[in-house]
Amino acid sequence: MTTPNVLILRAPGTNCDAETAFAFERVGAKTETLHVNRLLERPELFERFQILCIPGGFSYGDDLGAGRILGNQIQHHLSDQLVRFKADGNLILGICNGFQVLLKSPVLLEKIGADTPPATLTWNDSGRYYDGWVRLEVNGERLESQHSFPSEKTVSLLPVKRIKGSKSVFLAGIERMYLPVAHAEGKFVARDERTLQGLDAAGQLPLRYVAADNPNGSMAEVAGVCDSTGRVLGLMPHPERHIDPTQHPRWTRGEAGPEGAGLQMFRNAVKYFA
Amino acid sequence: MLWEVDIHPAEGRPDLAAGEVAATAAELHLADDLAVTSARGYLIQGELDRAQVARIADELLADRVVERTVVAPAGDPLLTELPDGRTHWIHVLPKPGVMDPVAQSAMQAIADFGLRAEAVRTMRKYAVGRLAEDRLPLLCSKVLANDAVEQAIAGPLGFERLQVGSPYEFKLVIVPILAMDDAALEQLSRDGQLFLSLVEMRTIQAHFNQLGRDPTDVELETVAQTWSEHCSHKTLAGRIDYRGPDGERHFENMLKETIFAATREIRRAAGDRDWCVSVFVDNAGVIRFDENYNVVFKVETHNHPSALEPYGGANTGIGGVIRDPMGTGMGAKPICNTDVFCFAPPDVPAEELPPGVLHPRRVMKGVVAGVRDYGNRMGIPTVNGAIYFDPRYLGNPLVYCGNVGLIPRDKSDKHPQANDLIVALGGRTGRDGIHGATFSSAELTSHSETLSGGAVQIGNAITEKMLLDVLLVARDRGLYNAVTDCGAGGFSSAVGEMGEKIGAEVWLERVPLKYEGLSYTEIWISEAQERMVVSVSPEKWEKLSELCASEGVEATAIGKFTPTGRLTLIYAEQKVADLAMDFLHDGRPPVVREAVYTPPKNDECGMMNDECRKQHSVIHHSSFNIHNSLLKILGSLNVCSKEWVIRQYDHEVQGGSVLKPLVGAANDGPGDAAVLRPVLDSRRGIVISCGMNPRYGDFDTYWMAASAIDEAVRNCVAVGADPARIAILDNFCWGATDRPETLGSLVRAALACHDVAVELGTPFISGKDSLNNEFRPLGKGVRNRLCEAPEGPFRQKVPDTFSEPISIPPSLLISAIGQVDDVARCVSMDLKEPGNLLYIVGETKNELGGSHFSLVEGLSGGEVPKVDARQAKTTFAALHAAINAGHVRACHDLSEGGLAAAIAEMAFAGGLGAKISLADVPRNGDLPTAALLFSESNTRFLCEVRPENAASFESALADVPHARIGEVVDSNKLEIVGETPLVQADLHALKEAWQKPLRW
Repeated sequence: MTTPNVLILRAPGTNCDAETAFAFERVGAKTETLHVNRLLERPELFERFQILCIPGGFSYGDDLGAGRILGNQIQHHLSDQLVRFKADGNLILGICNGFQVLLKSPVLLEKIGADTPPATLTWNDSGRYYDGWVRLEVNGERLESQHSFPSEKTVSLLPVKRIKGSKSVFLAGIERMYLPVAHAEGKFVARDERTLQGLDAAGQLPLRYVAADNPNGSMAEVAGVCDSTGRVLGLMPHPERHIDPTQHPRWTRGEAGPEGAGLQMFRNAVKYFA
Repeated sequence: MLWEVDIHPAEGRPDLAAGEVAATAAELHLADDLAVTSARGYLIQGELDRAQVARIADELLADRVVERTVVAPAGDPLLTELPDGRTHWIHVLPKPGVMDPVAQSAMQAIADFGLRAEAVRTMRKYAVGRLAEDRLPLLCSKVLANDAVEQAIAGPLGFERLQVGSPYEFKLVIVPILAMDDAALEQLSRDGQLFLSLVEMRTIQAHFNQLGRDPTDVELETVAQTWSEHCSHKTLAGRIDYRGPDGERHFENMLKETIFAATREIRRAAGDRDWCVSVFVDNAGVIRFDENYNVVFKVETHNHPSALEPYGGANTGIGGVIRDPMGTGMGAKPICNTDVFCFAPPDVPAEELPPGVLHPRRVMKGVVAGVRDYGNRMGIPTVNGAIYFDPRYLGNPLVYCGNVGLIPRDKSDKHPQANDLIVALGGRTGRDGIHGATFSSAELTSHSETLSGGAVQIGNAITEKMLLDVLLVARDRGLYNAVTDCGAGGFSSAVGEMGEKIGAEVWLERVPLKYEGLSYTEIWISEAQERMVVSVSPEKWEKLSELCASEGVEATAIGKFTPTGRLTLIYAEQKVADLAMDFLHDGRPPVVREAVYTPPKNDECGMMNDECRKQHSVIHHSSFNIHNSLLKILGSLNVCSKEWVIRQYDHEVQGGSVLKPLVGAANDGPGDAAVLRPVLDSRRGIVISCGMNPRYGDFDTYWMAASAIDEAVRNCVAVGADPARIAILDNFCWGATDRPETLGSLVRAALACHDVAVELGTPFISGKDSLNNEFRPLGKGVRNRLCEAPEGPFRQKVPDTFSEPISIPPSLLISAIGQVDDVARCVSMDLKEPGNLLYIVGETKNELGGSHFSLVEGLSGGEVPKVDARQAKTTFAALHAAINAGHVRACHDLSEGGLAAAIAEMAFAGGLGAKISLADVPRNGDLPTAALLFSESNTRFLCEVRPENAASFESALADVPHARIGEVVDSNKLEIVGETPLVQADLHALKEAWQKPLRW
């Protein structure tokens, strides 16, 4: 088995780098955390890695909008390297702020001619930062009943619809997850209805909030977006914050499993290179 | 060329900021249904053409999916076209010199486009309509802008250039104090915002008389800062003659003889099992955690700045306290925050506010947002807190911010060396926060806003995060010998303290500035945020400098620790200050204060008058509706859910969260304490909790302090902390202690701190006091006069005040830090399984004095809860043994609202019903029903125990009063039975009462 090298990219204000690296290492990856300045100086550093992860935080304070400044830096200086990294068959993961950054890059949603980007992550409907746990489902599957979820909150009973297997490498084999979100600008908004439907049809909206748990008003309950190859994923929830049972908010009630639901995503990434 | 970029919500997208403004205007009765449209904007100055600015607008500043932009030269009528139904544009900009972090980021990001902006400023714009003309200024000052840091401009902006500071012309200022009489000295102290006493001013005069010269302004400022209450704690660490019900006592150093003494006694008794590492000496207290790490903990207050500018005050409050662990030992990694606030009730009518007072609702929202934006950006989980409401906090809210850090055991000590370079790291120095240290030692008045606007700072969390990132790397590479933070007093305090035993020479001209125009004095005393000072061996300087440059952190050698025993400041090749360290640190004349304490008479009410008769009847004859009392307590501001606040804080970053602030079946019940695992590959946990009850202080500050300690410790124990390993911190916020009665109430609290800490074996490891928390409302005439006063540090006229000050209640916050060997043994407070048994632990007494039952029923008098510390120690140990053995499924401490509130919270948090009977509740004497239900007697818990563990649980608690009082049932009802059925409540109704008040 090949052990992939994971590049944890950090910028001023990145703050989930340590626990994200820890999650990758728990499932056998090797990680190196590099400041974006090192890559700007030596873009060839990308060649050492098979997985790029942009973790959560407030890159450059999110001062001009979440992920905006780091997104622009990548766009201006590292665009070619990133496109090549992806073309080489590697994996890219953006969590929370990393998702906000990736959405402004050429590797997640390719711009389709028009001036306006296909989608964005904007302010939560509440207008506020929100930390809380959400139930997530993969691939737009709706669940038949609520009992398999660990909360008493009711899920609206929607017709059962099953689309075969998620396109995303990271989400392979996962049907549902219980993870925390912690963000102010996480509302997924597509440019227009047609774009949304196009992305959905292409299987590029693989991760959804259970409607009752949608924490920010995201269109179509979108919590995560992948590229057309399935090797690039951006998501608002934090899988690295649920790898240990005692991170589950109700572990004292016996509701946690033997490991946190987020760990499988990291394992999937490592297994991809097996 | 000055360009303006306006960014509006795109067609059909929500205007969230406008909604917030309209809602606030309605809350304050300024306009019921204000028509308002918002936009955000950037003013960009530079040689840029329209296409370039449009590109910056589209690709950098705006989100084109949801926003649209308008780009035009400033002043272009296109920018002030009014939307339909709007009559005015209001522009809100930071005042010149106020930190504008977003503008700084924009400058740098524009450079990344290969373009150059000379200056950038951000603003917000509001188009408002249908508002009475006289309401417009009110809308500007109460809703849209804060005068302390922002300017509101109605109509077009009317300027074509951004001010970027003007060059400073050096001129040495000598203050002629040798010739001054007492009146002149006092006036200088007040007008110059030195806030020194006459005796202190005379001491300075005598010192310079000996030297045969007058001091420079910066020398005087340095002495004032070093001797300030904020930096030297001269009142509490001074001589006090105390008379109280516990006798007379003379203290040479009150803190040393009470609180420090308790720790010393505990450490001595522990012998070689002592787990305290460094207490009351460094920027934070340090205790042992495991074989590799120590933990450090510090809690600070930032009250006065938060009263003037809640967002900036709280922002820099949390930013400042994070730098304490960073500046402890060789630098600790911050692992969690804790925040406790005291506000006036948020429903005070706007019309009743004295001039100069911000509405408590606005204060609360601003403070929460300030803590949120800083803590979240730093990537430090905010895991614990509390909010207390009392009308006396109206003009003087309290903002306590705490931070815990993790530090390798071998990095817990520091030693600056002679001839080390003094290196400033992090943010640049500006005019922000001038006189913060002396200002926080003064009383607030309604003109403080005008007087001390400079004392208000705005933080930039990312600058501090970058600083933290390089600091920890530099620490591990051994690139410096000592570190401390720049807090109150700025460089003056940081360099003065670090060089106290050596001497220091500082080259003020080398300090990097935010803008031109600062005088040498301003550079020296500025409290600009996000700065640290490190002591660096000359041979390590290059490496440190390279490391900092690699991450974009500014590092500048600004001086040298010269072994002269003197503090020398140099500007423009001239000595502007030359002070003996001895005089600075030991020259302050001792303050001797009188302190007197007489507890108010609070006997149980007799039959003297109607009021007492009513109370007697309420308490003794069940003539009250218990169900309603319970609902009122759950819905009282101190008890009710703080979920609105908690969810705005990231409480899970760093990945160590074990018990979150909200727990239970729907993740929304009130946990007793937070637990986290700071080392990700270890199972060892840290427990954080707090205790405070200002209401008890109205009865007896001794028992208030004792109760606060008991509460903080029992919260820790309730989740599973080992009571033998809990350390505590004290934060005294008090009124004006130059009144002997006020100081007496504080001394009495400190005596309780000593007694209870020693008995429990719970050491104090750090503390801080904030005195003079009073607000003096002034007449309108004075305020207007002040607005016309010329500006400048030595020229402001402070008129005499003429109304009575409002003092805060004695407010002692006790913060506790506990430890658990294995976090999997922790328990939460929510009921878990039907059929389990419910036990009460501890004895209930008739202690309704200061209780929430008295509060919601409008009663006075009664006995304030006392603490039997010896019994408490036994109880904590026994309960811990039961929890540690796995016999307890849920545990909740009994505090505000007593037994009734506790069982209600446990039930609705668990989503399970409960049935309890009062018959067997262990009690002291014959207690009225109200006391059994609502008494707030200390050292009590409610525990849920599985039937199969009942025998083991009972035997663990054999030496402690306890009783089985009921069971968990599979229903949505809470039933409490006394001699008759007392409560039959629906859980949803209880929960709704508890959640509703602050569900904003």
